[in-house]
Amino acid sequence: MELVQMQKSLQDYTKSLFLDGVLDSQFLQLQQLQDESNPDFVSQVVTLFFQDSDRILNDLSLSLDQQVVDFKKVDPHVHQLKGSSSSIGAQRVKNACVVFRSFCEQQNVEGCHRCLQQVKKEYYLVKNRLETLFKLEQQIVASGGMIPAMELGF
Amino acid sequence: MASDGGVSCLRRSEMMSVGIGGIDSPPLDVDEVHVLAVDDSLVDRIVIERLLRITSCKVTAVDSGWRALEFLGIDNEKASAELDRLKVDLIITDYCMPGMTGYELLKKIKESSSFRQVPVVIMSSENVITRIDRCLEEGAEDFLLKPVKLADVKRLRNYLARDVKHSNGNKRKLPKDSPPLTLSPDSSDSSPPRSTLSPDSSDSSPPPSTLSPDSSDSSSPPLSPVEIFSSPLLSPLDDEVDDVLTSSPESTPSLVRRQKMRSPGLD
Repeated sequence: MELVQMQKSLQDYTKSLFLDGVLDSQFLQLQQLQDESNPDFVSQVVTLFFQDSDRILNDLSLSLDQQVVDFKKVDPHVHQLKGSSSSIGAQRVKNACVVFRSFCEQQNVEGCHRCLQQVKKEYYLVKNRLETLFKLEQQIVASGGMIPAMELGF
Repeated sequence: MASDGGVSCLRRSEMMSVGIGGIDSPPLDVDEVHVLAVDDSLVDRIVIERLLRITSCKVTAVDSGWRALEFLGIDNEKASAELDRLKVDLIITDYCMPGMTGYELLKKIKESSSFRQVPVVIMSSENVITRIDRCLEEGAEDFLLKPVKLADVKRLRNYLARDVKHSNGNKRKLPKDSPPLTLSPDSSDSSPPRSTLSPDSSDSSPPPSTLSPDSSDSSSPPLSPVEIFSSPLLSPLDDEVDDVLTSSPESTPSLVRRQKMRSPGLD
Protein backbone atom coordinates (compact mmCIF):
# COMPACT_ATOMS: atom_id res chain seq x y z
CA MET A 1 0.00 0.00 0.00
CA GLU A 2 1.26 3.43 -0.81
CA LEU A 3 2.40 5.65 2.01
CA VAL A 4 -0.24 8.27 1.31
CA GLN A 5 -2.93 5.61 1.39
CA MET A 6 -1.63 4.29 4.71
CA GLN A 7 -1.63 7.76 6.19
CA LYS A 8 -5.18 8.32 4.97
CA SER A 9 -6.25 4.97 6.44
CA LEU A 10 -4.74 5.94 9.77
CA GLN A 11 -6.51 9.27 9.79
CA ASP A 12 -9.84 7.72 8.85
CA TYR A 13 -9.41 5.02 11.45
CA THR A 14 -8.54 7.49 14.17
CA LYS A 15 -11.48 9.70 13.23
CA SER A 16 -13.83 6.74 13.47
CA LEU A 17 -12.68 6.08 17.02
CA PHE A 18 -13.60 9.62 18.00
CA LEU A 19 -16.89 9.58 16.17
CA ASP A 20 -17.82 6.29 17.84
CA GLY A 21 -17.00 7.78 21.21
CA VAL A 22 -14.35 5.16 21.90
CA LEU A 23 -11.80 7.92 22.35
CA ASP A 24 -12.30 11.48 23.51
CA SER A 25 -10.22 14.66 23.27
CA GLN A 26 -7.94 13.58 26.10
CA PHE A 27 -6.35 11.16 23.63
CA LEU A 28 -5.53 14.15 21.44
CA GLN A 29 -3.95 15.78 24.49
CA LEU A 30 -1.64 12.78 24.81
CA GLN A 31 -0.72 13.04 21.15
CA GLN A 32 0.25 16.65 21.72
CA LEU A 33 2.76 15.45 24.29
CA GLN A 34 4.51 13.29 21.71
CA ASP A 35 7.41 14.76 19.78
CA GLU A 36 10.84 13.90 18.42
CA SER A 37 12.26 13.64 21.93
CA ASN A 38 9.41 11.35 23.00
CA PRO A 39 8.27 9.70 19.78
CA ASP A 40 6.51 6.78 21.43
CA PHE A 41 4.93 8.57 24.33
CA VAL A 42 1.33 7.72 23.49
CA SER A 43 1.89 4.03 22.92
CA GLN A 44 3.98 3.82 26.08
CA VAL A 45 1.34 5.43 28.26
CA VAL A 46 -1.36 3.34 26.67
CA THR A 47 0.68 0.18 27.25
CA LEU A 48 0.98 1.08 30.93
CA PHE A 49 -2.76 1.66 30.96
CA PHE A 50 -3.31 -1.83 29.51
CA GLN A 51 -1.04 -3.43 32.12
CA ASP A 52 -2.70 -1.51 34.92
CA SER A 53 -6.19 -2.29 33.67
CA ASP A 54 -5.56 -5.99 33.18
CA ARG A 55 -4.53 -6.15 36.81
CA ILE A 56 -7.51 -4.14 38.02
CA LEU A 57 -10.01 -6.16 36.02
CA ASN A 58 -8.52 -9.33 37.43
CA ASP A 59 -8.79 -8.00 40.98
CA LEU A 60 -12.37 -6.93 40.32
CA SER A 61 -13.36 -10.35 39.06
CA LEU A 62 -11.88 -11.93 42.16
CA SER A 63 -13.54 -9.45 44.50
CA LEU A 64 -16.96 -9.88 42.94
CA ASP A 65 -16.69 -13.64 43.03
CA GLN A 66 -16.37 -13.69 46.79
CA GLN A 67 -19.19 -15.16 48.88
CA VAL A 68 -19.60 -11.80 50.55
CA VAL A 69 -18.61 -8.94 48.30
CA ASP A 70 -16.56 -6.28 50.02
CA PHE A 71 -17.60 -3.09 48.25
CA LYS A 72 -14.94 -1.18 50.12
CA LYS A 73 -12.48 -3.12 48.03
CA VAL A 74 -14.43 -3.05 44.78
CA ASP A 75 -15.08 0.68 44.60
CA PRO A 76 -11.45 1.89 44.80
CA HIS A 77 -10.55 -0.44 41.93
CA VAL A 78 -13.31 0.97 39.78
CA HIS A 79 -12.34 4.49 40.78
CA GLN A 80 -8.78 3.77 39.72
CA LEU A 81 -9.84 2.35 36.38
CA LYS A 82 -12.15 5.26 35.82
CA GLY A 83 -9.27 7.65 36.46
CA SER A 84 -6.74 6.00 34.24
CA SER A 85 -9.17 5.44 31.38
CA SER A 86 -10.14 9.09 31.63
CA SER A 87 -6.48 10.11 31.53
CA ILE A 88 -5.86 8.39 28.25
CA GLY A 89 -9.16 9.31 26.67
CA ALA A 90 -10.84 5.88 26.77
CA GLN A 91 -14.23 7.50 27.06
CA ARG A 92 -16.49 4.47 26.92
CA VAL A 93 -14.48 2.63 29.54
CA LYS A 94 -14.65 5.67 31.77
CA ASN A 95 -18.41 5.99 31.33
CA ALA A 96 -18.90 2.30 32.08
CA CYS A 97 -16.90 2.79 35.28
CA VAL A 98 -19.15 5.65 36.30
CA VAL A 99 -22.19 3.39 36.07
CA PHE A 100 -20.29 0.66 37.88
CA ARG A 101 -19.57 2.97 40.80
CA SER A 102 -23.23 3.82 41.25
CA PHE A 103 -24.03 0.11 41.61
CA CYS A 104 -21.19 -0.21 44.11
CA GLU A 105 -22.71 2.60 46.07
CA GLN A 106 -26.01 0.75 46.12
CA GLN A 107 -24.15 -2.42 47.07
CA ASN A 108 -25.93 -4.14 44.23
CA VAL A 109 -23.96 -7.31 43.52
CA GLU A 110 -25.95 -8.34 40.46
CA GLY A 111 -25.65 -4.86 39.02
CA CYS A 112 -21.93 -4.84 39.67
CA HIS A 113 -21.47 -8.12 37.87
CA ARG A 114 -23.26 -6.71 34.83
CA CYS A 115 -21.18 -3.56 35.03
CA LEU A 116 -17.98 -5.51 35.17
CA GLN A 117 -18.98 -7.29 31.99
CA GLN A 118 -19.75 -3.98 30.35
CA VAL A 119 -16.45 -2.46 31.46
CA LYS A 120 -14.57 -5.47 30.16
CA LYS A 121 -16.39 -5.26 26.86
CA GLU A 122 -15.51 -1.60 26.41
CA TYR A 123 -11.97 -2.16 27.60
CA TYR A 124 -11.26 -4.96 25.14
CA LEU A 125 -12.79 -2.86 22.41
CA VAL A 126 -10.55 0.14 23.03
CA LYS A 127 -7.57 -2.11 23.52
CA ASN A 128 -8.20 -3.78 20.22
CA ARG A 129 -8.74 -0.47 18.41
CA LEU A 130 -5.65 1.17 19.86
CA GLU A 131 -3.47 -1.82 19.09
CA THR A 132 -4.68 -1.59 15.50
CA LEU A 133 -3.97 2.12 15.48
CA PHE A 134 -0.43 1.65 16.73
CA LYS A 135 0.15 -1.05 14.10
CA LEU A 136 -0.95 1.34 11.39
CA GLU A 137 1.45 3.94 12.77
CA GLN A 138 4.28 1.45 12.84
CA GLN A 139 3.65 0.50 9.22
CA ILE A 140 3.84 4.14 8.22
CA VAL A 141 7.04 4.73 10.12
CA ALA A 142 8.54 1.52 8.74
CA SER A 143 7.81 2.77 5.25
CA GLY A 144 9.74 5.91 6.00
CA GLY A 145 6.69 8.11 6.47
CA MET A 146 5.54 10.47 9.18
CA ILE A 147 2.44 10.07 11.28
CA PRO A 148 0.01 12.74 10.09
CA ALA A 149 -1.14 15.16 12.76
CA MET A 150 -4.76 14.81 13.73
CA GLU A 151 -7.01 17.43 12.25
CA LEU A 152 -9.72 18.65 14.55
CA GLY A 153 -12.08 19.86 11.91
CA PHE A 154 -14.07 16.68 11.39
CA MET B 1 2.92 -1.07 39.59
CA ALA B 2 3.81 -1.36 43.22
CA SER B 3 5.70 1.40 44.89
CA ASP B 4 9.30 0.48 45.30
CA GLY B 5 10.38 2.64 48.21
CA GLY B 6 12.02 5.19 45.97
CA VAL B 7 11.17 8.75 45.20
CA SER B 8 10.95 8.41 41.43
CA CYS B 9 7.77 6.94 40.15
CA LEU B 10 9.43 4.16 38.23
CA ARG B 11 12.46 2.11 38.98
CA ARG B 12 15.36 3.13 36.80
CA SER B 13 15.32 -0.20 34.96
CA GLU B 14 11.61 0.16 34.27
CA MET B 15 12.07 3.64 32.91
CA MET B 16 14.96 2.50 30.76
CA SER B 17 12.93 -0.32 29.27
CA VAL B 18 9.91 1.84 28.83
CA GLY B 19 12.11 4.68 27.66
CA ILE B 20 9.91 7.40 28.94
CA GLY B 21 11.50 10.81 29.07
CA GLY B 22 14.80 11.57 30.68
CA ILE B 23 15.61 10.38 34.14
CA ASP B 24 18.69 12.46 34.54
CA SER B 25 19.07 14.40 37.74
CA PRO B 26 21.61 17.14 37.27
CA PRO B 27 21.93 19.63 40.12
CA LEU B 28 18.85 21.78 40.25
CA ASP B 29 19.19 24.97 38.30
CA VAL B 30 18.17 27.94 40.44
CA ASP B 31 16.16 29.39 37.59
CA GLU B 32 14.36 26.21 36.71
CA VAL B 33 10.96 25.57 38.15
CA HIS B 34 10.89 22.39 40.20
CA VAL B 35 7.57 20.68 40.70
CA LEU B 36 6.75 17.88 43.08
CA ALA B 37 3.93 15.80 41.64
CA VAL B 38 1.99 13.41 43.86
CA ASP B 39 -0.37 10.78 42.45
CA ASP B 40 -0.98 7.15 43.32
CA SER B 41 -1.94 6.32 39.73
CA LEU B 42 1.01 5.36 37.57
CA VAL B 43 -0.67 6.40 34.34
CA ASP B 44 -1.51 9.80 35.80
CA ARG B 45 2.00 10.27 37.14
CA ILE B 46 3.49 9.63 33.72
CA VAL B 47 1.10 12.04 32.08
CA ILE B 48 1.49 14.83 34.62
CA GLU B 49 5.23 14.41 34.56
CA ARG B 50 5.27 14.75 30.78
CA LEU B 51 2.91 17.71 30.89
CA LEU B 52 5.23 19.45 33.33
CA ARG B 53 8.43 18.58 31.51
CA ILE B 54 7.06 19.78 28.22
CA THR B 55 6.45 23.14 29.91
CA SER B 56 10.09 23.22 31.02
CA CYS B 57 9.65 22.17 34.62
CA LYS B 58 11.89 19.87 36.54
CA VAL B 59 9.71 17.16 37.99
CA THR B 60 9.89 14.82 40.92
CA ALA B 61 6.97 12.41 40.91
CA VAL B 62 6.00 10.36 43.95
CA ASP B 63 3.19 7.95 44.52
CA SER B 64 1.89 8.98 47.92
CA GLY B 65 1.53 11.81 50.39
CA TRP B 66 3.95 10.06 52.75
CA ARG B 67 6.62 9.92 50.10
CA ALA B 68 6.01 13.57 49.35
CA LEU B 69 6.56 14.48 52.99
CA GLU B 70 9.60 12.24 53.04
CA PHE B 71 11.02 13.97 49.99
CA LEU B 72 10.40 17.40 51.46
CA GLY B 73 11.82 16.35 54.78
CA ILE B 74 8.65 17.37 56.59
CA ASP B 75 7.95 14.00 58.16
CA ASN B 76 10.91 14.34 60.48
CA GLU B 77 11.29 17.44 62.52
CA LYS B 78 15.02 17.93 62.04
CA ALA B 79 15.98 20.53 59.47
CA SER B 80 17.04 18.81 56.32
CA ALA B 81 20.57 19.52 55.17
CA GLU B 82 19.26 19.03 51.68
CA LEU B 83 16.72 21.79 52.09
CA ASP B 84 18.57 24.29 49.96
CA ARG B 85 18.88 21.89 47.12
CA LEU B 86 15.25 20.94 47.13
CA LYS B 87 13.77 24.29 46.04
CA VAL B 88 10.32 23.02 45.36
CA ASP B 89 8.41 25.71 43.52
CA LEU B 90 5.10 23.97 43.19
CA ILE B 91 3.43 20.91 44.61
CA ILE B 92 0.70 19.34 42.55
CA THR B 93 -1.20 16.52 44.13
CA ASP B 94 -4.10 14.22 43.44
CA TYR B 95 -6.93 14.47 45.93
CA CYS B 96 -8.09 10.85 46.18
CA MET B 97 -5.19 8.75 47.32
CA PRO B 98 -5.11 5.78 49.68
CA GLY B 99 -3.52 6.46 53.04
CA MET B 100 -3.08 10.20 52.97
CA THR B 101 -5.43 12.23 50.78
CA GLY B 102 -4.26 15.27 48.87
CA TYR B 103 -6.19 17.40 51.31
CA GLU B 104 -4.32 15.92 54.27
CA LEU B 105 -1.05 16.44 52.45
CA LEU B 106 -2.03 20.03 51.78
CA LYS B 107 -2.68 20.60 55.48
CA LYS B 108 0.65 19.13 56.47
CA ILE B 109 2.47 21.31 53.94
CA LYS B 110 0.70 24.41 55.20
CA GLU B 111 1.64 23.49 58.77
CA SER B 112 5.30 23.28 57.80
CA SER B 113 7.34 26.42 58.33
CA SER B 114 9.69 25.49 55.51
CA PHE B 115 7.12 24.72 52.87
CA ARG B 116 3.90 26.51 53.73
CA GLN B 117 4.66 29.16 51.15
CA VAL B 118 5.02 26.70 48.33
CA PRO B 119 1.91 26.82 46.19
CA VAL B 120 -0.09 23.61 46.28
CA VAL B 121 -2.43 22.63 43.48
CA ILE B 122 -5.00 19.89 43.92
CA MET B 123 -6.13 17.62 41.09
CA SER B 124 -9.30 15.61 41.19
CA SER B 125 -11.47 13.68 38.78
CA GLU B 126 -14.49 14.63 40.85
CA ASN B 127 -16.04 18.05 40.54
CA VAL B 128 -17.32 18.37 44.09
CA ILE B 129 -17.91 21.95 45.14
CA THR B 130 -17.48 21.37 48.85
CA ARG B 131 -14.23 19.56 48.15
CA ILE B 132 -12.93 22.41 46.04
CA ASP B 133 -13.95 24.94 48.68
CA ARG B 134 -12.32 22.98 51.46
CA CYS B 135 -9.03 22.78 49.59
CA LEU B 136 -9.00 26.42 48.65
CA GLU B 137 -9.85 27.40 52.22
CA GLU B 138 -6.98 25.30 53.46
CA GLY B 139 -4.68 27.30 51.21
CA ALA B 140 -4.55 25.46 47.93
CA GLU B 141 -3.69 27.77 45.08
CA ASP B 142 -5.77 26.07 42.46
CA PHE B 143 -7.91 23.07 41.79
CA LEU B 144 -7.57 21.23 38.51
CA LEU B 145 -10.20 18.89 37.21
CA LYS B 146 -8.81 15.67 35.81
CA PRO B 147 -7.95 14.69 33.21
CA VAL B 148 -5.39 17.48 33.29
CA LYS B 149 -4.75 19.21 30.00
CA LEU B 150 -1.73 20.96 28.60
CA ALA B 151 -3.51 24.31 28.85
CA ASP B 152 -4.02 23.78 32.60
CA VAL B 153 -0.34 23.13 33.17
CA LYS B 154 0.75 26.00 30.94
CA ARG B 155 -1.41 28.32 32.99
CA LEU B 156 0.26 27.16 36.19
CA ARG B 157 3.65 27.48 34.58
CA ASN B 158 3.07 31.04 33.44
CA TYR B 159 2.08 32.04 36.91
CA LEU B 160 5.13 30.43 38.48
CA ALA B 161 7.56 31.89 35.96
CA ARG B 162 6.30 35.36 36.70
CA ASP B 163 6.55 34.78 40.43
CA VAL B 164 10.00 33.21 40.37
CA LYS B 165 11.38 35.99 38.24
CA HIS B 166 10.38 38.60 40.77
CA SER B 167 11.50 36.74 43.83
CA ASN B 168 14.82 37.45 45.45
CA GLY B 169 17.28 34.82 46.54
CA ASN B 170 15.90 31.41 47.22
CA LYS B 171 12.53 32.48 48.45
CA ARG B 172 9.70 31.36 46.25
CA LYS B 173 7.02 33.40 47.88
CA LEU B 174 3.57 33.98 46.56
CA PRO B 175 1.99 37.39 46.91
CA LYS B 176 0.23 37.36 50.27
CA ASP B 177 -3.11 38.19 48.78
CA SER B 178 -3.73 36.75 45.39
CA PRO B 179 -6.17 38.83 43.40
CA PRO B 180 -9.75 37.60 43.55
CA LEU B 181 -10.96 35.46 40.72
CA THR B 182 -11.98 37.31 37.62
CA LEU B 183 -15.19 35.70 36.51
CA SER B 184 -15.79 35.32 32.81
CA PRO B 185 -18.90 36.98 31.38
CA ASP B 186 -20.63 33.63 31.20
CA SER B 187 -20.27 32.98 34.91
CA SER B 188 -22.96 33.61 37.40
CA ASP B 189 -22.36 36.43 39.83
CA SER B 190 -23.47 34.37 42.77
CA SER B 191 -20.30 32.35 42.62
CA PRO B 192 -18.01 33.38 45.45
CA PRO B 193 -14.72 34.92 44.39
CA ARG B 194 -11.82 32.72 45.21
CA SER B 195 -8.10 33.02 45.07
CA THR B 196 -6.68 31.24 42.12
CA LEU B 197 -3.76 31.40 39.77
CA SER B 198 -4.72 34.10 37.33
CA PRO B 199 -3.23 33.85 33.88
CA ASP B 200 -0.80 36.40 32.56
CA SER B 201 -2.34 38.98 30.35
CA SER B 202 -0.26 37.56 27.56
CA ASP B 203 -1.59 34.09 28.16
CA SER B 204 -4.12 33.13 25.57
CA SER B 205 -5.90 30.72 27.89
CA PRO B 206 -9.19 31.94 29.27
CA PRO B 207 -9.74 32.47 33.01
CA PRO B 208 -9.64 29.15 34.78
CA SER B 209 -13.14 29.23 36.10
CA THR B 210 -16.02 29.03 33.74
CA LEU B 211 -19.52 27.80 34.21
CA SER B 212 -20.37 27.21 30.61
CA PRO B 213 -19.45 24.21 28.53
CA ASP B 214 -16.12 24.06 26.86
CA SER B 215 -17.16 26.12 23.89
CA SER B 216 -17.61 29.33 25.84
CA ASP B 217 -14.34 30.85 24.74
CA SER B 218 -14.94 32.90 21.62
CA SER B 219 -11.38 32.48 20.49
CA SER B 220 -11.56 28.72 20.28
CA PRO B 221 -12.60 26.95 17.10
CA PRO B 222 -16.23 25.87 16.67
CA LEU B 223 -17.14 22.81 18.66
CA SER B 224 -15.95 19.76 16.80
CA PRO B 225 -17.47 16.31 17.23
CA VAL B 226 -14.45 15.48 19.34
CA GLU B 227 -15.32 18.19 21.80
CA ILE B 228 -18.95 17.28 21.77
CA PHE B 229 -17.98 13.79 22.92
CA SER B 230 -16.02 15.17 25.81
CA SER B 231 -18.33 18.03 26.64
CA PRO B 232 -20.15 18.30 29.95
CA LEU B 233 -23.19 16.92 28.13
CA LEU B 234 -21.74 13.50 28.66
CA SER B 235 -20.38 14.02 32.10
CA PRO B 236 -23.25 15.24 34.28
CA LEU B 237 -23.91 11.65 35.28
CA ASP B 238 -20.30 11.41 36.33
CA ASP B 239 -20.45 14.56 38.38
CA GLU B 240 -23.66 13.70 40.12
CA VAL B 241 -22.73 10.14 40.85
CA ASP B 242 -19.44 11.30 42.22
CA ASP B 243 -21.00 13.59 44.74
CA VAL B 244 -20.93 10.60 47.04
CA LEU B 245 -18.60 12.25 49.48
CA THR B 246 -20.95 15.07 50.29
CA SER B 247 -24.41 14.66 51.58
CA SER B 248 -25.38 18.18 52.54
CA PRO B 249 -27.98 19.94 50.44
CA GLU B 250 -25.54 22.62 49.41
CA SER B 251 -23.57 20.05 47.57
CA THR B 252 -26.39 19.47 45.13
CA PRO B 253 -24.70 20.23 41.85
CA SER B 254 -26.70 23.24 40.84
CA LEU B 255 -25.47 24.72 37.61
CA VAL B 256 -24.87 28.07 39.27
CA ARG B 257 -22.19 26.86 41.65
CA ARG B 258 -20.59 24.35 39.39
CA GLN B 259 -17.14 25.51 38.50
CA LYS B 260 -14.76 23.60 36.37
CA MET B 261 -11.21 24.84 36.25
CA ARG B 262 -10.93 23.76 32.72
CA SER B 263 -9.70 25.45 29.61
CA PRO B 264 -11.82 24.67 26.58
CA GLY B 265 -10.47 22.47 23.89
CA LEU B 266 -6.84 21.97 23.28
CA ASP B 267 -4.13 24.48 23.69
